[in-house]
Amino acid sequence: MRPNLTKTAMAAAVASTLAVNVAYATQDEIQELKQQLEQQQAQLDALTEALENNQGTGEGWWSDTSFGGYAELHYNNINSQKSSKDSVELDLHRFVLFFGHRFSDKVSFFSELEVEHNVAGEGKNGEVEIEQAFIKYQYADNHSAKAGVFLVPVGILNEVHEPDTFYGVERNNVEKNIIPTTWWEGGVMGSGELFAGVSYDAAISSGLYLDAAGGDFKVRDGRQKVSEANATDLAYTARIVWNGVPGIQVGFTGQYNPDLLQGDVVGTVKDVDATLLEAHLDMQKGPIGFRALYATWDIDSALDDVKAGASEQTGWYVEPSYKITEKLGAFARYSQWDNQAADDDVDSNYEQMDVGINYWLVDTVALKADVQKINEPGNTKEGFNLGIGWSF
Amino acid sequence: MTGAIASMKSVKYLLFCCVLLQAEPALSEQVYFSKESFLQLAFPASEPKSGVIWLTSQRKQVAKELLGHSPAELRVRYWSLNDRSAWILDKVGKEQPITIGVIIENDEVQQVEILVYRESRGGEVRHGFFKQQFVGAQLINNIDLDRNIDGISGATLSVNAVTTVTKWALYLHEQIF
Repeated sequence: MRPNLTKTAMAAAVASTLAVNVAYATQDEIQELKQQLEQQQAQLDALTEALENNQGTGEGWWSDTSFGGYAELHYNNINSQKSSKDSVELDLHRFVLFFGHRFSDKVSFFSELEVEHNVAGEGKNGEVEIEQAFIKYQYADNHSAKAGVFLVPVGILNEVHEPDTFYGVERNNVEKNIIPTTWWEGGVMGSGELFAGVSYDAAISSGLYLDAAGGDFKVRDGRQKVSEANATDLAYTARIVWNGVPGIQVGFTGQYNPDLLQGDVVGTVKDVDATLLEAHLDMQKGPIGFRALYATWDIDSALDDVKAGASEQTGWYVEPSYKITEKLGAFARYSQWDNQAADDDVDSNYEQMDVGINYWLVDTVALKADVQKINEPGNTKEGFNLGIGWSF
Repeated sequence: MTGAIASMKSVKYLLFCCVLLQAEPALSEQVYFSKESFLQLAFPASEPKSGVIWLTSQRKQVAKELLGHSPAELRVRYWSLNDRSAWILDKVGKEQPITIGVIIENDEVQQVEILVYRESRGGEVRHGFFKQQFVGAQLINNIDLDRNIDGISGATLSVNAVTTVTKWALYLHEQIF
């Protein structure tokens, strides 16, 4: 037994010596490898950073300049009871470019340049218009001021009217004929957030100007488009918007125009003050959408001498919708409006029903189709519209 | 001469200070959380470990589908501890990047926060009533959230930015666990 024990002890001693030697060598190697690895990681980090920084176009004036736009092409096929009013046409209704520039973190510029009905010029159908061109100054947290040409803060479509954001090939007639959308003025406007979910806008701007001598009485005819606009009497606008629950917006706007005639005296008609009140609900909860809007102009009764009943111009619509899939939505809209609502004896009420679908190829490209029926004074129109609209 | 050099130096120093002042974030860039305070929120008990995830071509492909563009960077930094991860990611809403923080545990969103908001409109996304919608959200089929996120009128692009970044963070979280 003894010799065996001795042998075992010797073997164990040799083995442990070897093991220790091996361990020492490995630790050295690990140390060396570690250093190499660290160096390589540092090189890798430096290379990655350099690569990441060199990508893109780098810095320059263009990095502060933004560009976008939208357009809509419409096909209208409307039959009228009075065949003289039939209308079948294809129209590049709007082609719009946005340009913006950020001068500093606080001061920026935004503009919207629009070509309507494709060809503008002497005797042509279209118009070239600057709908927005303003400088915005962010003077405090959540508060800013604008000066220039801006869209009047009213209604659902007036400020946000990219074709992919609403149902129906054509914009609704209530906002068009009563508010009157698209409506822009020149002046100054303050905007901001009062508290979580409640925002305000307040503006002093050029006002509407009706050529009463020429027989104009509809508020829509009073838009001067900030083109050598008569600014004898300015307009005052205020809006409150509640956004406190995702998917729901409620807005109220009021505007006061001291004189729609801007100082003109037409016979006995003068000092025609006007007040617009507008309220709307815009809801999109999951697939269910609902829009409702009411707008009314209360105008000095002197305007009734220009056109019977014109001292009240009122309209409203309701528009339920349902998104059948992410890409396909259907809607129905019922509208009513009257630009001579103050006189019940005048047949001046319009009624319109639309039913249709939007199909979004991608989020901001929409194909649209709808059928419509309009009961207008002394006539009925029926037909369908097709359209494609996009924005970027 | 030394006096002249000294005054030159002080002029340079003054100029440097002016540049620093200029570079200070202006009002429209609103910082709601610093990186540190966001991480403190995500890991209140102990220090997380920091890691990077490399954007392989497959991950870039997913990014393109989720974010609408292939990211410029080659890797994304994250912080994690046990089953929890935190991500700080930038996404342009309309014109300017919004810095968004997402905290995820077990493939489920725990919290979404806006760290820095730079857009001129749409800042309502920072409010609790909006962010609350993401709590518990999971990614399905690598592309969709398991729920509908209701938007905010007038803030659509910021809403989209926060939604897509949340999806991207959920995808990246799955890649590391």
